[in-house]
Amino acid sequence: MTAVAALLTLADSRLPVGGHAHSGGVEQAISDRFVTDAATLADFLDRRLHTVAPVSAALAAAACHATAGHAIPAPTIPAPTIAGNAVTAHPIAAAYGPGDAGRLADRLAGLDAEADARMPAPAVRAASRVLGRGLARLGRRAWPNPAWAELPVAPHHPIALGVAAASAGLSPVAAAQVAAYLSISGPASAAARLLSLDPLIVAGLAADLCTSIDAVAEQASRDPAGPLNAVSDPWFDLLAETHASRKDRLFAS
Amino acid sequence: MPPDHNLEGGDVPVPVPVPHGHPDAEIHPDHEVRRALPRDRAPSAGSDALYLGGDGHDRRPLRIGVGGPVGSGKTALVAALCLTLGTEFDLAVVTNDIYTTEDADFLRHNAVLPDDRIEAVQTGCCPHTAIRDDISANLDAVELLEQRHPGLDLLFIESGGDNLTATFSYGLVDAQVFVLDVAGGDKVPRKGGPGVTSADLLVVNKTDLAPLVGADLGVMDHDAAAVRGGRRTVFLSLREDPSAAPVASWVRDRVTERLAAQPPTGSAP
Repeated sequence: MTAVAALLTLADSRLPVGGHAHSGGVEQAISDRFVTDAATLADFLDRRLHTVAPVSAALAAAACHATAGHAIPAPTIPAPTIAGNAVTAHPIAAAYGPGDAGRLADRLAGLDAEADARMPAPAVRAASRVLGRGLARLGRRAWPNPAWAELPVAPHHPIALGVAAASAGLSPVAAAQVAAYLSISGPASAAARLLSLDPLIVAGLAADLCTSIDAVAEQASRDPAGPLNAVSDPWFDLLAETHASRKDRLFAS
Repeated sequence: MPPDHNLEGGDVPVPVPVPHGHPDAEIHPDHEVRRALPRDRAPSAGSDALYLGGDGHDRRPLRIGVGGPVGSGKTALVAALCLTLGTEFDLAVVTNDIYTTEDADFLRHNAVLPDDRIEAVQTGCCPHTAIRDDISANLDAVELLEQRHPGLDLLFIESGGDNLTATFSYGLVDAQVFVLDVAGGDKVPRKGGPGVTSADLLVVNKTDLAPLVGADLGVMDHDAAAVRGGRRTVFLSLREDPSAAPVASWVRDRVTERLAAQPPTGSAP
């Protein structure tokens, strides 16, 4: 039996972790006229679910797995080469060894560094850490677990989400589901506010994506101790950076 | 030095007469103080655990929320309070805006505080959410200011302009001030709403406009007293009293109380 109620609690968009002030790039996409109505919002959400969500979901699943197990095999992350610069696994992540229950902090720090590496835009990183800080603040209180002490004050959101999920008794796939769901639910409600869309239609868009959310989460959590995917979508980075430079924004990101 | 009239009321709480002679609005200070400072509440869900756990700090500033409808004079009041109290207390301000930094820029432009004592919070179209339902961003700003200025005595948190139902969570503030203005109509206190009924201090601002808009201050006073259970209401015109003396006096009493209740800073372990 899965902990459905805990999953619902963690995925609640009204959870007081600061999410209401973040639009996931949709405010800028609306300003730039990419998103103008329900149909273009559906496209936006679908793209976000297939580029941003898989990374968040994989990180959340990995953090959940690490926290729940406190002992996992060392990640075997290949060292890819990007534009001639060798990018090696974070030394902390590489140093983490099997059965090393005392090294949860190292594993989480490694995942946090992996998250940094997957968020090249400073505005995206900043938003992720703000939300992670909010979730960690809540999690320490709502789902007490010594594991919280292993996290920095402002971890990336997916890392905090993984720890919260494990602390609430959820599995890595559930952590991934929450991450994937949150990656579209926040932008959907932000767009509803900004465009004065019919909320019934917007809720319908989110409902339409449920099957895809589960598929993304399943894929992202298949091997939570293994290599993390590294999908990227520069469009969201661009939206975030443009947005951060504006004086007239309603949302924090 | 603050102007002399800021000391009105002094350290000794006395019933404060309301302008225009409406004695029913006088309050009994003991009762008022008890209602205004919910010290026996459980430790807030806010930043305390994190903050206090950090480096053994056992002292944090009094946090006072300043809320109220759009245009009622919240920012001008906060600016006045900063000028009046800034020489007495170590203080800082968090602003909540529709568009990012409008109010923070006003405070900076008017140089009521150094820039590094003002933090702006974005509210994502929902100013009441940011001060009541999900206070995360405000807690972040509060923690930043508290860490940047470890000796703070007082923090004002100014809400974005909202409606009569917008109140601060007591996870975020220790006490709250709700600001109305007479130009909104003298029926507003009668309409009630959590801001009017439950704020620790109700400020009716812009009393100089009352004759121009036909607002009856006596009616506002009577209606406010009827729904506020003895909590204080003050009438204010920042044009006539740029120091916001009655509000500053109330805030001063709250800070003094808090400092008296806390262990001295820097006490050796």
